[in-house]
Parts: sequence; structure tokens; C-alpha cells
Amino acid sequence: MNDMSTIERGAKLSETKVSARGVNVHYGDTHAIKDVNVDISNNNVTAFIGPSGCGKSTFLRCLNRMNDTIDICRVDGAIQLDGQDIYDKRVDPVQLRARVGMVFQKPNPFPKSIYDNVAYGPKIHGLAKSKSDMDDIVERALRRGAIWDEVKDRLHSTGTGLSGGQQQRLCIARAVATEPEVLLMDEPCSALDPIATAQVEELIDELRENFTVVIVTHSMQQAARVSQKTAFFHLGELVEFGETGQIFTKPEDPRTESYITGRIG
Amino acid sequence: MTDIANVPGGPQRASTTDLVAASLKRRHRKQQRLQWIGMGAISIAFLMLFILVSSLVSTGWQAFTQTHVTFDVYVDPEEIPEDRLPRGGFDDALAASLGKMLPGVDMSDRKTARAVEGILSNGAQFELRDRVVADPGLIGRTIQMTVPVSDPFDQLNKGLIARDTPEENRRVTNTEIQWFDDLQDAGAISKPFNWALFTNADSRFPELAGLKGALVGSFWALLTCFLIAFPLGIGSAIYLEEFAPKNKLSDFIEVNINNLAAVPSVVFGLLALAVFIGWFGLPRSAPFVGGLTLALMTMPTIIIATRAALKAVPPSIREAALGLGASKQQVVFQHVLPLAMPGVLTGTIIGLAQALGETAPLLLIGMNAFITSAASSPFDSATALPTQIFIWADSPERGFVSRTSAAILVLLGFLVMMNMVAIYLRQKFERKW
Repeated sequence: MNDMSTIERGAKLSETKVSARGVNVHYGDTHAIKDVNVDISNNNVTAFIGPSGCGKSTFLRCLNRMNDTIDICRVDGAIQLDGQDIYDKRVDPVQLRARVGMVFQKPNPFPKSIYDNVAYGPKIHGLAKSKSDMDDIVERALRRGAIWDEVKDRLHSTGTGLSGGQQQRLCIARAVATEPEVLLMDEPCSALDPIATAQVEELIDELRENFTVVIVTHSMQQAARVSQKTAFFHLGELVEFGETGQIFTKPEDPRTESYITGRIG
Repeated sequence: MTDIANVPGGPQRASTTDLVAASLKRRHRKQQRLQWIGMGAISIAFLMLFILVSSLVSTGWQAFTQTHVTFDVYVDPEEIPEDRLPRGGFDDALAASLGKMLPGVDMSDRKTARAVEGILSNGAQFELRDRVVADPGLIGRTIQMTVPVSDPFDQLNKGLIARDTPEENRRVTNTEIQWFDDLQDAGAISKPFNWALFTNADSRFPELAGLKGALVGSFWALLTCFLIAFPLGIGSAIYLEEFAPKNKLSDFIEVNINNLAAVPSVVFGLLALAVFIGWFGLPRSAPFVGGLTLALMTMPTIIIATRAALKAVPPSIREAALGLGASKQQVVFQHVLPLAMPGVLTGTIIGLAQALGETAPLLLIGMNAFITSAASSPFDSATALPTQIFIWADSPERGFVSRTSAAILVLLGFLVMMNMVAIYLRQKFERKW
């Protein structure tokens, strides 16, 4: 909470990757997201924080149209990826999800081998031209997921046999294997122990080099540790969005202050 | 633990403990009672099963053996001249040779000769004919033959005809019993395993009747049923579960599929009679039509089982695949369906096992015809296992009583086998996630 290093680390001032304007989400009669505007910049880690049920995960799932799979969910407003509206009729969600990868709250490897887990995305998108090409992709992805050394000798044993932390890093490797531009992470550490959490956090920091990362987290310390920008959601509204250091030290909105000091949430 | 009661504010805690302790006995008794009821229910179920199987075995085991008589047959050129083959007095040649084994029998008396001939199964003469036609060189020589005896003598040998019954109430006369005993003393009588039960088709004569026609008919019918119901059932289930919009229409379809599963099978038989045989003009008594009818009945079972299996696949797997940019079709066919396969296969095999035992619809499309040869294609006339049981249960000859039970045991054997395959598949493909 008082990790001042984030101020020194600072946020890279770079161009906007994803921009949301006037986003409203309804689940049936429930108004889950209310008029959210946010700009997510390139090669940064942006954290969404807020109390349970505040809509941060819902908003995250709008960014790769995962909400499309829920019948009663309606999304209004404009979300642009590199200036293109992702809810445009001409945009195929399949292609969008190849560009915007996702890591889920609970590690969810396929009940297949470690190799097949990582190779699945590149395979369906036709990214590998040959077997050795695929081997390279898998190795690179597992190295980026910081799990290569642990699994290189058992690539063909099942992915579900790994420990929880390893499974989550495998899922991250699987997500980065398709070379997405944006990586969405929905509470990636909530099912992990502190050691595995530290490994994943370190990994997120490294991933920033190549990807735009958006992370939803319940842990304010985690947001402070890994992100450059933080958005605070409360009751479906984006209360405050700014540089992480500023949000945690000089919040402008009293609600933000009460949340980070532990009075609401 | 006991200190808890003594901490400040203790009285309330102590009373909670007391209350719990007081109710514990009652709760344990309840649990105990439930366990007893459960065990009782299972015991009753097993007792019923035991009674069923033991009654079947006690009447049916006799059908798994068949009394045979072995004797030297003189292939008499007078009775069987080579130029008249395949015609000839094969029955007379057999009777004459058998008569020689019976001391004091006057074979010139036609009535006696007839009675001696009656010891042998009607099929014996055809066996001799086939051998002689295959090798006409046998004419004029003496060959040894082992042939089934006719049903009354088979019953006598198996002790199913009591010798102390008054002669006029008995199916075999005192003389015939004497003849049989003579043959027995001469060591001509044997009781080997009744292979004919599996290698012969149906016959009017119990000693010749077998299940081959019914087994082949059931095989073709089930194959047709599987080839139609499996892809159609899985296809509909996948569409309804994964792709169809959830609205009033899909609810209506779901209700109707569930209803379809509960429609009495005889109704499907009438439908098949009207549509497949009446309109489409498909042949009567054909296993293909039987298979189509059974497919109508099996499909709802497969659809329901497949939908349940698809529903049971954790949503996290779908999300993982969707999140990687898999299309809906890729998610279903590369992830969801493989994980649902154990449930799908179990449902399918249970559906097929149900179809194997189904009788009513097959009766309506004529699969209870009397057919003495096995079908060589699904379009030939045939019976099926359950309809064969129906035919035999309806036959007056004593020998069919034990054969009916034996046929039921064979049917149950196949059902047990199919269920074991279902269990094996479920365990083999079961994956953890």
C-alpha cells in the first residue's frame, strides 16, 4: 500500500492502445457498468481495483468481447483497439481474441499435455509452418511464462497435473503463445499462494516489454507492485483513473481514499 | 476443549453444548435408520435379481445340452440309389440301422418302424442326406453318425418326463422307454453341449431350434439403430445445447424430446408400420426397418445423455478456448465434445441395450415371423432376440420351455456385456480437470 517505488518507476508515456468511451453494460435489468471512459496505454500494466461486484471483471471481459457468450449481456458505447471499434459488425470476435489474450482467475489448462496446451492457440490460428516451428513457439511461450525450466522435461505429461501456480503460469504461456497485443488478466493470482503470486507478478512485469497488460486484482498491494496505471471502480462506475503512484498516495476522490485505506470494500 | 465451557460468558456456550449433545442421539438414530433403509432397498433389489436369474438358470440350463444318439448307419443302396440324389429314403435307412441296435424289434411292422424313427430328430435325415450328397461314395457303406434325438426322448434323458406317470398321460410309451434304456445301455446316448442353440436358426422342432437367426437379426437391427441414432442424436444434442438460442421454441423442443423418450415403444412400432412399411414400402420383418424403429426410440435417450454430458463440462474450459480465439465450433469439437465423450458413450450404450431388449415395436413390423435361416443382409427377413423369446414362449412343445429361458439368459448376457463396455469406456475416457 505504501510502496513508493511505483512513483519512481513511473508510467511510460506512450500512445493509447485501448480506449473506451461511454461504455455501459447491462446484465438483463442490472446496470453493471455505468458510463466508463478509460485509455489504456501501450506497454504498460494497467490495474483495475475495486470492491467485489464493482464491475471491474465485467469491464475487462468487454475488452475481448468475452461477454458476447452471455446471452443476457448487452454492451453499449465505444471500445477501440488501435483506433478500431471492436464492437463493429465487421470485427470477428475470433480475430479480436487472437489479438487480445486472456488469463482467467482460476487456472484452466486443457486436460491435455503441456505442449498441446501451449500449441493450441498457434495451431488454430496457423502460426506455425512446421513441427520445429511449433516447437520453437512452444518453447518461447513457456520461457516467457517463466515455467520452461520446470516443465521442459515433461512437455508431454498432462497440464492439469501441475501445481496451481505452475498451472497459472502455463495458462499465461498459453495466452502469450498466440502473440497477442493486449493481455487481459482476471485476478490471475487469487487462487495462488504467496510464492506463486510473487512469481506471477514478476512475470507480469516482464511481459510489459512486449504486451499491453490489463490486470484485475483484489489486492491493492499487487496493483501497487505491478502496475503503472490504476483504475478504481466502485458500484459500476470508474471513480478514478491515473498513475498508480498518484492513486495510492494522493487520491483525488474521497471514495478512492476510503477504499485504499480500507474503509470501504 | 472442555475449557471452552468455563470462559467468561460460559453459561450460553455450555447450554449450546448440552443442546447439541441432547440432539446428537436423535440425529445419529436418524442417520442409522436411513442407512438401514438403503441397505434394505438394495437387498430387496438383489433378492429380486437373484430370484429372476436363478429361476431362469434352473429351467434354462437344460437347453444348453442336447441328447444325441450315436450309431452305425448302413447307407442302403436300395433306399438311397445314387441316381435319385438328393432324393432318397434317408429316414428309412436311419430307422433301419437304429432298429438293429434295439433287441427284439420287428422293423417289418410299419407302426414299430415309425416309432423307432421317432426316436431320432427330424433333422437327422437331412444330416445324412447332406453327407451322402457331398460324398456319393458312401452309398453301400456303413458310417457312424451322431444325431440329436427328438424332443420327447431329450426330455426323458434330462429327467423332465417322470417315468412313474401313467403311460396314457406320458409322451413316451413304455416300449419307447425300454428302447431308450437299451440304447443307453449300449452306450449310444450322449449329452454334449448344445452348439445348435447358437449355430442353428429357428425350427419347428425344439431339438433343432437355435438362436442364430435371432442373433444375426438383432445384430443388423442394432447396427442400423446405432448408425442412425448416434450421429443424429449427438448432432441434435450439440445443436440444442451449444448453438440454439434459448427461447420458447427451444424450450418447446426440449419438452418434446423428453416426452419422446417416454412414449411407449408400441407406438413407435405402429408409426414404423405406417411410415416405413406403408409409405416407403420397405420390406416387412427386415432388421433394417427394425433398426430404424429402434433408432426412433434410442435417439431421445442419446440426446438427453449427450446434453447432460455437454452441460457437465466445466465452463472454464470453454472460456479458456474462447479466450485463445477459438471459434465456437472449435471449442465444441476440440474441447467440449471430447470431454463429454464418456457420458455420451455411456448414454449411447444404455440406449442400445434398451433397444436390444425392445420387443413390442418389432412385433408390429413383423420381426416375429417364423424364419428358418439367418439373414444375410439387413433387408432379409429375420427375428431378433426378444421376438425369438416371444415366439418360443408361445410354442407348445415342451423343449421350448427350457430354450425360452436359455434365450433369455443369452439376451441378459449380451445386456450385461454392453453395460460392462459402458462402464469400461466411462472409466477409460474419464479425465480430471
